[in-house]
Amino acid sequence: MRLGVLFSGGKDSTLALHIAANKEDVACLITLVSKNLESYMFHTPNIEMTSLQAEALGLPLVSVVTEGQKEAELTDLERAITQAKAEFSLDGVVTGAVESVYQASRIQRICHSLDLWSFNPLWKQDQKKLLETLVAENFNVIISGIFAYPLDEKWLGKQLDNQMIMQLLELQNKYGISPSGEGGEIETTVLDAPLFRKRIEILDSAVSARGNSGVYFIKKVRLVPK
Amino acid sequence: MILVVDMNWEKGSLAYGEFVTPIVSAVEPLEECKVRHFSELSPKDLDASSKIVLSGTALKDFVTLQHLDKFSWVRTYPKPILGICAGIQTICKVFGESLTGCLQVGMTDITTVKPNPLFEGNFRAYVLHSLSVAPSSHSFTVLAKSSTCIEAVKHCEKDIYGVLFHPEVRNLQILRCFIELK
Repeated sequence: MRLGVLFSGGKDSTLALHIAANKEDVACLITLVSKNLESYMFHTPNIEMTSLQAEALGLPLVSVVTEGQKEAELTDLERAITQAKAEFSLDGVVTGAVESVYQASRIQRICHSLDLWSFNPLWKQDQKKLLETLVAENFNVIISGIFAYPLDEKWLGKQLDNQMIMQLLELQNKYGISPSGEGGEIETTVLDAPLFRKRIEILDSAVSARGNSGVYFIKKVRLVPK
Repeated sequence: MILVVDMNWEKGSLAYGEFVTPIVSAVEPLEECKVRHFSELSPKDLDASSKIVLSGTALKDFVTLQHLDKFSWVRTYPKPILGICAGIQTICKVFGESLTGCLQVGMTDITTVKPNPLFEGNFRAYVLHSLSVAPSSHSFTVLAKSSTCIEAVKHCEKDIYGVLFHPEVRNLQILRCFIELK
């Protein structure tokens, strides 16, 4: 099967890509660049990084800009998938959905209307196991957004490791946050992964944070041979 | 031992994590669990199991409906079976019943229409199917409905249950009740 992966550049879609590429032929990445920082469907911090990540992966990228209004962005998503299907003769689409019925069911409906398969390889997977897999498989994942108490700017730009997983699990026990950010508590950006042919090195960045909400902006980067 | 049958189009498919793993995760804390792809089921697997759960599949996957010969054991298996989505569609076809077109994706309202040991009352569940079952009343009885189709059935004589919705997504209690069936 030839598949397109809905790709935000975060940990879930990159892990979904990793799993899909081990089973089927991934032909392209599909990204919606949302102008709405509080998009219902699409991860937003550093979304522009996806073009560099696609280059690092050696995969073509279909990128479509959306205003990010609640249901209108679904029309933009359908446009992006339609374009990717036509350009790359896709049989199906892969998402990094884990818990969100809202996200998964809307993509299922679009795929059904376009006669495409829809796959969610991380669906309902244990969040601790997902985080541990990322560390064990040498994904370099940094925290690029925090949006919940008691997270603060100290988390921004930090790399996911086993110690951070323990901290996130403690916060889950104490405050009920989702350790993998399923409730939008954290957003991530992937700088390196097993399928990356080159890794991404950050040369300049900035933190913008207020209280328990903040974003790590990646301003200047380069690709480095592995 | 609970035997979970992987109903996806091929062994080790990309859909395994979506349709089989969540069932295994729900069953394992309660009872030993083993997975077999439908194409590789052996009489030994069936004999060793105390109950069987047939998984669902991707919306475009109808492969089990083209391989009903692989499911003839359903007619004679003496212990409880739960078919989820493609699982119950396939079971119904094995018993010569009909399927009917009914596209449902997302959360839907379910109404229990007949008392049963798995669920009761009104509840919401995740559905993902383009076919529902349309059994004749002499072989299957309807347990639950939504506004658009039949959502759960039971064989009139055997402990064979079927749900068109996916209990592994938002209704784990239904899987637990099935595992605890005497």
